[in-house]
Parts: sequence; structure tokens; C-alpha cells
Amino acid sequence: MHRVLGDRRAIVILLGPALLVYSLIMLVPMFWSVGYSFTKGNTIQGFTWDGFANFSHLWSDPNAHQALWFTLKYAVAVTVGQVLMGYLLALLYVFFLKRASALIRTLVFFPMVLPTVAVGLLFKALFQIAPQYGPVNQLLVDVGLHPVDWFSGTGTAFVVLIIMDIWRSMGFYAVLLYAGLVDIPDDLLESARLDGASGLRLVRHIVLPLSFPVLMSSLIFSINGTLKVFDSIVALTNGGPGSGTTPLTLLMFNTAFDYGNYGYGSAIAFLLTVVCLLVTLVIFRVTRRDLTKG
Amino acid sequence: MIATSTRSKRRLLGVSACAAALTLLTAACGGTGGGSGSGSAAPSSFSFMSATENTVDRAVLTSMSKNECAAENKALPLSVQTQPQSNLNEKVQLLAGQGALPTMFHEDTPTTVVQLAKSGKVANLEPLLQKLGVEDQLLPSAASTVKLLYNGQLDALPAEYNIEGIFYNKQIFAAHGLTVPTTWDQLVTDAGKLQAAGVQPFSASGQQGWPITRLIGDYIFRDLGPDAMQDVADGKAKLTDPAYVAAAQQVADLGAKGYFGKGVGSIDYNTALNTFLTGKAAMLYMGSWALSNIGDPKQDTVGAGNIGFMPFPAVTGGKGSTDQYPSNIGLGIVVSAQNAANGEVDDWLSCIAKNYGTDSLKQQNTISGFKVNGSVPASNAVTSQVQTTMNTATSSVLWFEALFSAQATTISQQDAAPLVSGSMSAQQFMSAVQNANSGS
Repeated sequence: MHRVLGDRRAIVILLGPALLVYSLIMLVPMFWSVGYSFTKGNTIQGFTWDGFANFSHLWSDPNAHQALWFTLKYAVAVTVGQVLMGYLLALLYVFFLKRASALIRTLVFFPMVLPTVAVGLLFKALFQIAPQYGPVNQLLVDVGLHPVDWFSGTGTAFVVLIIMDIWRSMGFYAVLLYAGLVDIPDDLLESARLDGASGLRLVRHIVLPLSFPVLMSSLIFSINGTLKVFDSIVALTNGGPGSGTTPLTLLMFNTAFDYGNYGYGSAIAFLLTVVCLLVTLVIFRVTRRDLTKG
Repeated sequence: MIATSTRSKRRLLGVSACAAALTLLTAACGGTGGGSGSGSAAPSSFSFMSATENTVDRAVLTSMSKNECAAENKALPLSVQTQPQSNLNEKVQLLAGQGALPTMFHEDTPTTVVQLAKSGKVANLEPLLQKLGVEDQLLPSAASTVKLLYNGQLDALPAEYNIEGIFYNKQIFAAHGLTVPTTWDQLVTDAGKLQAAGVQPFSASGQQGWPITRLIGDYIFRDLGPDAMQDVADGKAKLTDPAYVAAAQQVADLGAKGYFGKGVGSIDYNTALNTFLTGKAAMLYMGSWALSNIGDPKQDTVGAGNIGFMPFPAVTGGKGSTDQYPSNIGLGIVVSAQNAANGEVDDWLSCIAKNYGTDSLKQQNTISGFKVNGSVPASNAVTSQVQTTMNTATSSVLWFEALFSAQATTISQQDAAPLVSGSMSAQQFMSAVQNANSGS
């Protein structure tokens, strides 16, 4: 095996095809897209060089600013919610439910396998006000409160989006973090207990530091996924009311494919790539600290 | 010798692996075929890409392929594919870029059709229909609407020809002592009386947006005259001018008073239609295409006999008049230029021109922009009323977004619900649409 991997030509033969396919499918379109961001036009009219006009428009476009702000707000809220709820569920599985957790894990994971469109329709129906009250509004009316038109205001629509996406994916993060928690050696936990650590102190000083790598992976996984959110927003609000819940991805999609402005759409895609890169770097930087040292 | 052989084997393996990867990529990136394909090769079928939501046009064409156009269908079989309307514009742009447009297709964004026409990808149908000797089969008013829409050129077949106005529930009007309002002020007063009596005055889909923005456009036409939106397109006026903002304010006021009912932003097209057809709302702004729903007793529990049609009322002191009906051709059917010169395609187009009007009215109760050859009795009084109105209308106007860019159209329709729910002011609404339309 060592001889094979020590041979440069063997490496080229083994990796070459995969690298070629990856380059052509992933890297070439990425660079192509960056190239488009310096042009104006579309597939009907053709493309002409436009210099940095798309980036200067991006700098001054209030719609792009709003979409960027919404994207960041959404990513932070959903990431915190997903990972926090996932971690709490994982703790519940490991320390309370233990071997009986399989059924609960399956049930909580279940929304993850549902099609996003179905989940979007489900939440639309749950929170609807017309033509009939959905269960949430019916409950509000039953307890003597006024029904709420959840999808007519940006704030309320945002709340429904957050609830939906946390509900949908917390089971997935719970399983991911559960895998990290079960790897913590029992004798280590036992000795910590013998030393008097229990409850929150055990979690804070033993469980959290030992599960930190998987927690970080979840965080990076989640923030990158939520920064690129598209399907759940299209299914639930389609970016509305107005453009109140439009993230960068949806703005990019509409700009390029609906408005036929591929150059500006590519510039928005470039901005999103930079944001994802920066956020990931910031997370890596912030999390270098060793938690076991207090 | 052995070393050389091993080296050449490795090289061969590497080359084979690269070739396999390239083959896979080529297969993945290649088109799926079908339709007319690219280039000038003769089409293998008379392909029609229909908006999924529009069931009428493909039903009429399918019926024609089995009856009047059976010979044409034998020579070049009709093949129908559907595409949800929300992605129709994207799909058309994509296919145009690949040179793979179907022979005929629906397109809902006039600016895209104009771009396609400028780049020679869609046929100018006027000379083509003249060559085929069937140009007289188009209703002059429908042809004029198409030209208004597409920069003076006949770039689409008017498979539908609609006028728009307000359908109203005669029983509700009678029960509350209301007569058909002739001015906007009377309409608003009547709506107030209905609301006070616990009847929802208007049913509208805020999710679609256009049933609300149509009201803004019509108010502008009645107030500022039939050229008001052309002036915006020509840069002579802006949507942020006070008179235009006033129109948006009038419609926003209807929403503020609750005249569209609860949660208008969540109401989809079918729910809005159903609310009116089941007697839960007194009025519905809609086009004549709704006659097929009104004529269907399963959907219309109010009964076609109890539904009337009125023009959008006049604005007191305005330059427009109520006989200028907002008209449209629904989803225009555009013909791909690369196939328009084909003899078999031309035979199909000729057959469509001669028979579409009659088939559409007879089978789908839908009025098209083609002449009705032979007599087809109207199925109910309101259909007859609308037909008479269409035949006697002297002039027409377009609709609010007709001359807007795709971006301004989307912004206008998605901001309609925030406008009537009060989360966006009339000034903000018009500014957003104006900015999108001027590309800033």
C-alpha cells in the first residue's frame, strides 16, 4: 500500500479522474460565475463586459443590503436554535433516556426526511388566518387573544420561519451530537462524578469540552447551510411579505433567472461565497480557545 | 520490457479514466432532446410548452389534434409539455439560450418576448399569417392588444382574449339596496355599506398580487387617461408622481378598512375565486377567463344568473372613461422562429387560426382572440353580457405591469399584499416599483 501511495503516477491515476470531474463540475462553474459578474446581459441578448458595475450596484442596492441583513439574522437565529436544541436533545438521549432513546431519536429526526415543500405547506396551514384559522390562531382565539396574520408582517413571518427550520433540523443535529457524546468514555464521567461533579458542572467541565470538536463541526455545518437557505423560504413565504424574508440566495435566483440579469446575480453569488468564507474563518478563529482550561 | 509494458498500461489506464470522466460529463451536460432541438433541423413534433396552470389552451389544442387538425397532427404530432407558471420565464430564457425553444410556448413576461423578438428567436406572426391567408381570423381588437404589448409587433397568438372588470353578486347587491356603482367614490361607499352589514366587499388574492395591482392600474387609467402607463414606460412620468401615488393610496385605503377580508396576503387565486363563487364576498375583480368557473355549477354555488359584470368605475374628474376596458390575451402563445418556416408547422398554425376561436368557446367557454366561425350560443347571461361588451368596446387599455420589466412586475405583485395590509405605504410601494423598473 505504501509503495502504491508513494508512486506519483499511481496517485495521479487514482485521483485524476475524480479531480477532473470535480474541477469541471464545481470549480469551473464557480470561476465562470465570477466571470459573469463582470458582464451584463442574459442568455437571450448575449453578454457584454461591464467592468465592476455589478459590484458597485451591489454596494448601493438596498434590496441586496436587506437580503444580506436577513441572511445573517436568519443564519444566526437558526444556527443557535438548531445546535442548542440538538445539543439539549443529545444530552437528553445520553443521560436520561439512555438505551430507550431510539424511538424518540427516530421521531425527532423524522421531520428531516420530509420534503421541504411539505413542511412549508404544513406550517402555512398551522399558522394561517384565512380562509379558516389554522390551529395556532384557533388556539389564540380559544384563550381569548386576537388571531395573528403571521405572514403579513416581516417580524411574524420570520418567527414562523425560525420555528419551522429549527423543528425540521434539530433532530439531525441531535443525532450528530449524540454520536459525539456517546464517544465520551464512561470511566471519565464516572470519575468526575466521584469527584463531586454532577448536573450542570459535569456538562460544563467534562461533557462540553470533550464534545467540543463535534459541536464545532455542527456549528460550521449549520451556519453554512443556513447562510445558503433557499428551499424552506421559497416553500413557506417565497421571500415575502414584499421582500421582507428574502435571503441572498433567493435574490440571486430571482435576479439571474427571473429578471434575466445574470451578471448581477453572479455578483450576489460572489458576495454570498465571501460571507460563507468569512463566517467559517471567524468561527475557526473564535473556537481555537481550549475550553478545558476554563 | 516489463517496465515499459507496465508504464504503457498505466498511461492507457489514465487516459481511459480521463476519457470515461469526460464521457460522463458530456452525458450529464447534454440536453434531454425532444422538442424541436437546436439548429434548423425539421421538428419531429409540434411541441407546445404550456403553463401548468393554464389548462384551457392545451385542452383545446389536444381536441383540435383529434378533430379539425387531425391531418396536420398526423404529419407532425402535437406534443404538450407543462411548466409551472412561476418558473415559465426562467425556462423560456434557458431554452432560448440553448437554441432549444419548443415550436410554441406560453410566455408571461412581455419584456422577455420583446427581447426574444429582437434577437430573432420568435416569429413575427403578422407576415406569417398573411402568407398563410388566415390573418383575418384574428379579432382586430385582440391583434391590437398583442401589438400594444409587444412593441407594435404581433409576437403571440391570442389564445385567450380577456377583458377585465368587476364581477358582482346580484343577490347581495339587491339585499343591501345597492345599484351598480358608476364612480370610484360610489364603489367605496357601497363597499363601506357592505362591510358595515358584515359582508366582505371584495375577494382578492394577495398571494398572487396582481388582482390588487390591477385596481391600482385601472384607477390610474381612469384618472390620468389611457396613456398614463405608456408615459411611465416612455419616461415622461414616474410612478412616484403624486397622481400615481394617489392611486396606490386609494387601493391601500380599501385594505386598511378591511374590505379585502382577513389575511389577504395568504389568499391564493383559487381561494379568492371560491370565496366569491360561494357567496362569501360581494365583488371580485377578475378577467373574462373566469367565465369558465362561473359557468361551472360545481364551483359556482351562487349561480351564473346571480352574477353580473360591471366595468371598473370612473374616477370623478378623471381623463379616462369606463368604456376603455382593461384587456389582455392571457398567456400569449409565442411561436419559435426556427420552426416557423417549416411547412408542417405552417399547416398547424393555419388550422389553429381557423378553428381555435370556435373550439375554445364551445368546449371551454373561453373567449379567444380568434374569430368564432359559426354560431355558438352563450351558456349563460353573464357570458353573453361579457361577449356583448367585448364586441362593442371601442378602445382598450393594458394593465398596471404590462409595460414593466420582469423585476418591476415581480416587485409590484409581491408588494401588493404589504400595501393593503398596511406594512408598506403607497409612496414606498410606488418607489420600490419605480426603482425596479428603472433598474436602479
